[in-house]
Amino acid sequence: MTDFLLELRSEEIPARMQGGARAELEKLFRAHLGAAGLEAGELTIWSTPRRLVLSARDLPEATAAVSEELKGPRSSAPPQALEGFLRKTGLTQDQLEDRDGVYFAVIDKPGRATAEVLAEAIPAIVRGFSWPKSMRWGKDSASSESLRWVRPLSGIVAIFGEELVPCEIGGIVSGFATRGHRFHCPGEITIGSASDYAEKLHACHVIVDHEERQAIIRDGAAKAAADAGLTLVEDEGLVIENAGLTERPVPLLGRFDEAFLEVPPEVIQLTARVNQKYFVVNGPDGKLANGFVCTANIDAKDGGAEIVAGNRKVLAARLSDARFFWEQDQKKTLAQHAEKLANITFHERLGTVADKVERVAKLARWLVEEGIVTARTPAKAGTQSGTEQTAASGSPGPRPTPGNTDELADQAELAARLCKADLVTEMVGEFPELQGLMGGYYARAEGLPDAVADAIRDHYKPVGQGDDVPTAPVTVAVSVADKLDSLGQFFHVDMAPTGSKDPFALRRAGLAIIAQVIATEVRLPFFSVLPNSIGMPGNTAVKISSDRVFEFLIDRLKVQQREAGVRHDLIDAVFALGGEDDLVRLLARVKALQAFMATEDGTNLLAGYKRAANILKQAGQGSSPAKAGVQSGEGPTFVDDSTRPRPSPGNMTEHDAALLAALDTAEPAAAAAVADERFTDAMAALASLRAPIDAFFEGVMVNDPVEEVRAYRLGLLARFTGAVHGVADFSKIEG
Amino acid sequence: MAEADAKQSLSFQDMILTLHAYWSARGCAILQPYDMRVGAGTFHPATTLRSLGPEPWNVAYVQPSRRPTDGRYGENPNRLQHYYQYQVILKPSPADLQEQYLGSLAAIGIDPLLHDIRFVEDDWESPTLGAWGLGWEVWCDGMEVTQFTYFQQMGGFDCKPVAGELTYGLERLAMYIQNVDNVYDLRFSDAVGDVAAVSYGDVFLENERQFSKWNFEVADTDSLFAGFKAAEAECQRAIEAGVPLAAYDQAIEASHLFNLLQARGVISVQERANYMARVRDLAKGSCKAWIDSQSERWTQNYPGWTL
Repeated sequence: MTDFLLELRSEEIPARMQGGARAELEKLFRAHLGAAGLEAGELTIWSTPRRLVLSARDLPEATAAVSEELKGPRSSAPPQALEGFLRKTGLTQDQLEDRDGVYFAVIDKPGRATAEVLAEAIPAIVRGFSWPKSMRWGKDSASSESLRWVRPLSGIVAIFGEELVPCEIGGIVSGFATRGHRFHCPGEITIGSASDYAEKLHACHVIVDHEERQAIIRDGAAKAAADAGLTLVEDEGLVIENAGLTERPVPLLGRFDEAFLEVPPEVIQLTARVNQKYFVVNGPDGKLANGFVCTANIDAKDGGAEIVAGNRKVLAARLSDARFFWEQDQKKTLAQHAEKLANITFHERLGTVADKVERVAKLARWLVEEGIVTARTPAKAGTQSGTEQTAASGSPGPRPTPGNTDELADQAELAARLCKADLVTEMVGEFPELQGLMGGYYARAEGLPDAVADAIRDHYKPVGQGDDVPTAPVTVAVSVADKLDSLGQFFHVDMAPTGSKDPFALRRAGLAIIAQVIATEVRLPFFSVLPNSIGMPGNTAVKISSDRVFEFLIDRLKVQQREAGVRHDLIDAVFALGGEDDLVRLLARVKALQAFMATEDGTNLLAGYKRAANILKQAGQGSSPAKAGVQSGEGPTFVDDSTRPRPSPGNMTEHDAALLAALDTAEPAAAAAVADERFTDAMAALASLRAPIDAFFEGVMVNDPVEEVRAYRLGLLARFTGAVHGVADFSKIEG
Repeated sequence: MAEADAKQSLSFQDMILTLHAYWSARGCAILQPYDMRVGAGTFHPATTLRSLGPEPWNVAYVQPSRRPTDGRYGENPNRLQHYYQYQVILKPSPADLQEQYLGSLAAIGIDPLLHDIRFVEDDWESPTLGAWGLGWEVWCDGMEVTQFTYFQQMGGFDCKPVAGELTYGLERLAMYIQNVDNVYDLRFSDAVGDVAAVSYGDVFLENERQFSKWNFEVADTDSLFAGFKAAEAECQRAIEAGVPLAAYDQAIEASHLFNLLQARGVISVQERANYMARVRDLAKGSCKAWIDSQSERWTQNYPGWTL
């Protein structure tokens, strides 16, 4: 068993590509060895900016010998068939075996030396390597066929045991020699085997293990900050990127002019991170401090003083630009900036951003005026278990009221009109990821009310899972209006997401609306909200688009709730009742149902329901609410209201009477509870039917020989299923 | 150089002279700037047109570059609407291009064991030239001092062979070497005897003030639009007449007029892409005409070479 080392040395590989390249190298190596019948076993893959390294432990010296058997033509077949087979196998007729009139060729393949397999695999791996972008270089690039690599490939080290694996690709011949750190140790180093590789490079100032470099940066940056009484703002993305930019990382702390701290901290952090790949630090007060940590690639002769000074100067220039944008942008009001939105196309079929803003402003105002978003749009009070949650009206959750409805409507409209204005500011032009945030800063700076500034800042939220969900009423109105507008408009011009294609992030918008509904329990009556978001309510085409958006939202809801542990069949059971467009109410009902289904009463009631539905079905009687008690085809008619003819008391058992009595109590109780959105009470009403229905099935025979009695009992069952359907369509429930 | 001077960093002009000497010693023809207004050294036909075709080509030159929208009326210590690029083209790209480049930094006084030199991914693309390449921006202590590119395509045509392009930002590099925070404080030339030193501001501050004003406020947009149209038409005429070098001049002209129109703020977001496509068509057309005019010679002298 022998170790193998492969180093592919090149000019600097982009940091962001190194992780993918390690995976690709492993995949290709395993595939090529596997194809030759070798198991690659334990591999170590490393990367630095200038090299990709693979070391394989304990490879066998040779592949195992194999014997391959090929079936040929029948011995009675025409001679051409035999000739063809001999050509194919390279054998003569006397080397074939005749088994019961069929020729067989037995070809013994001896094992191949692993070194030989590797010598073929290396060029194949290099040629087959997939980079996100690759290039040609040098004099060979006069031909289109020349080797491609991420940047010029400059050397190959390939050693099996202590022997060179000879190979050549694109004029580069494998050898024992590599190079150390570009500046500390630029000469050649001779590698002896896989076992001394990392050590020899370490001696030449190169840390080949990327994870080790990451640890040095992570810990070193934190320590550099701590030594100055500061706290590093952790950023694992920066750790990995800097490890991909250095062979010998040295984190260094620098300071910048405190005056720059007047620029918003998010801007400073982004400038430092995106443009310079620096970490930022917090002071003892937890606020951003005037410090940064850069990662050098050398142990500088002066301990890094010159490097820090240089980096400080660059950062200062960047921050001056940021401060220039910050000051320049404030020379105009957001309303003045917003004028430019008329020049920006939102989508060629949906007009400009100014057009969108106009729609969103109207919709945000409408949401307030209709009382959908109110000054006390309740925030969910702490964590509530589903069963505890009763009528929303029972928990008013009073919030600081920003004023009356008119004021709220004015603020929502104003915030909506200004919410996209920062898109045309210099700062957001430079840092698009600051959209919203900058608008919020500028709004506050020009003295707009906090509620408006907050709404501008937060109206894109929530962006993805785990992001904060807005709760302030003005923000809720703008945020919801913005997303409803996108959904309604894109669906209405037939640009709904399909398959994996969702270029306008409408799924995210849908999920954001749902998250908003769940977090604040804002009651959005979608059957009127959606046509309004498209415009021209009442129009048939608008109605169709609205219905499609609503179905889309329900689908998103199921996906989102599945992750939260809510059963999709229970959502179906409530949704199937129809007419429900209030997701808050729908979810409350689903949650109460889920809690009920987890009880013994619930499972038994479901069993009773299924049995009743079966009997009704056999009797030709539907069990869905629409059919219960209604003439259905040729089947007998059962009336489930109190005016139905009652059979003579003599035919009635105590079980019939008990079920009837229970229904008489439970039906109105459940209906009243549903109307009041006391869904747990509705479930309790249903639970009261469990014992009577069980006893009924136990004690009576529904299909009584006396037709009148049978009809009566079928009527009771129809009434029972109807009562259940008043709460949820149990036929949709699984189990 | 006197002993005392040896310790002092290079003046702006000495830095250029040092680079000239360095690249001259490596076989480069030292060209002069192209005599037209361009946005970058890459626009010089010695880069654009000469990076096409199989012939070896090794040149270095300084190119004054104009970016009207970067003007700051002389008030920003780092931004200029007119600045200098030092451009080196080596075709085919030599195997030791990185080492040669690092040698040039050492020549102008940057010690790589004192300063952190890094190659950071930055793929270059010029939509108006229909050109792209892979490479890096070279950082010195976090500052981008050079764009380092292996040209893959120019004017929409594959570069065969690939040329290596080095574009040094001379003012930034000089600010670094001289350790000044304001570009106008750079020593342009050193004092000699009774003759005083000249600063970058002495030479260019007033230019920045006047040209910023002209670029942003004064330039007559009607004549700029008319000039753009005229250049476009003349470029086509020159292509048809089989004089691609003259055609390419008009493409450069159109490109600069477009930049001025942008600075005047009269090109909307929607129109911008359209204008860029028009400039690209001129550049591509010129490149194609250049190839057409040369390809017979190229295939004769380089058997087996194809476009």
